[in-house]
Amino acid sequence: MRKVMTGHKAVAEAMRQIEPNVVAVYPITPQSEIAEYYAEYVHNGLVSTELVPVESEHSAMSACVGASAAGARVMTATASQGLALMVEILYIAASMRLPIVMALANRALSGPINIHCDHSDAYLARDAGAIQIFAESAQEAYDYTLIAQRLAEHNQVRLPAIVNLDGFTLTHSVQVVEPLDDEPAKKFVGSYKPIYPLLDVDNPSTWGPFAMPDYYFELKRAQVAGIEAVPETFLEVQKEYEKATGRNYRGFFEAYQLEDAERVLVVMGSTAGTAKVAVDELRAAGEKVGLLKVWLYRPFPYAEVAEALSHVKQVAVLDRAISFGAQGALYSDIATAFAHRDRRPALFNYIYGLGGRDTTTEHLTQTLSELKSARPGEELRYIGLRE
Amino acid sequence: MGGVVPGGAKPELNKTGSWRSLRPMWDEEKCIQCLQCWMHCPDGSIEIKEEKVTGVDYDHCKGCGVCAGICPVDAIDMVPEGGAECAR
Repeated sequence: MRKVMTGHKAVAEAMRQIEPNVVAVYPITPQSEIAEYYAEYVHNGLVSTELVPVESEHSAMSACVGASAAGARVMTATASQGLALMVEILYIAASMRLPIVMALANRALSGPINIHCDHSDAYLARDAGAIQIFAESAQEAYDYTLIAQRLAEHNQVRLPAIVNLDGFTLTHSVQVVEPLDDEPAKKFVGSYKPIYPLLDVDNPSTWGPFAMPDYYFELKRAQVAGIEAVPETFLEVQKEYEKATGRNYRGFFEAYQLEDAERVLVVMGSTAGTAKVAVDELRAAGEKVGLLKVWLYRPFPYAEVAEALSHVKQVAVLDRAISFGAQGALYSDIATAFAHRDRRPALFNYIYGLGGRDTTTEHLTQTLSELKSARPGEELRYIGLRE
Repeated sequence: MGGVVPGGAKPELNKTGSWRSLRPMWDEEKCIQCLQCWMHCPDGSIEIKEEKVTGVDYDHCKGCGVCAGICPVDAIDMVPEGGAECAR
């Protein structure tokens, strides 16, 4: 049934249906409502989850690691500085192959201190070893929370997963969302089968052992096998989700008007919605423009993205964070995707929307238009910046 | 997976005493069996049997010297590794 709700509520509803054994969470703007909704579900007896109200995000992720190693299905949520505090333990969760699923209400990292959206928090956790998915809408945030659970817990994967949703734009704005009924949602997610749970005291095991130069390297290599198993599993789980729900999520990204496009925007998160309007407007004026919206950010689907963009003349890659002293992180991925290909579009790197700066359809139609005559180069270009 | 050691990383299999540079030498004659060394050893390396000290577990002792420091009758000497005789 279609309902009207915020992105927060959509994520909290997915969490209620997943009903993890443990949720350890610390409130931070703009994520707090997820924690509040979930605490309400626990208080009202809608879920049997052990809610751990920890004293910081470092403790939240630490409690998640402990509970997950003990054999529990575990979830959390955070944003910005909270993720920054979690990152130390997030690396450990990934190395211990713990399928902790979390919502990240994307918010700019300080400083200057700011509470609004950009992707600097997601980029900070980029190399932690967690799966990262970006949602365009509250609906996608809901669907991908269920999908991420299956993906993270898959036996070949076993990695933490982050579902990104833009702070305020998605977390606080009210949208039409069609959640699944509880039964099909629970059936899709299934029950969790832990590996070597610490609570199985008859079969003791040691978790997180010290690894010196003689083993550390091999253990990190083994972790690569987990993240390399994600793409195939991602497609499998999408297919199963379609079978269970009729919802058609296919592929690592959404290709919008891409087939015959000559100029294309590449973007992640809610700005894809704005980009679709911009593309529609220019298409109505007869311009061959399109959009590639990344769903799966880590692991990055290099080959598939390159294939989808190989016929394009100009590509504007939009990064919602600066990687100081380097090209934008998403741009770098797109450029890497074409490193070994002869046929490649001219690539342009745009920085947009930092600290919640509004990005409008006018901004994006202008970006697509200026691509026609833009001279390729490595300089960063800025959208909606006063200079 | 994830560096998990099924069955547990047993100390019997993992001998961690190899980096010791000072070796505690226990003198049974001087020992008054107060068990202070056993209580204070951070590594559980003082061996006891029927509530009496019987020696030192050199497979796991790191040579920190806490036992020698706490001993009220100087029954434990710390001597440089290499050439020292084993107390057992």
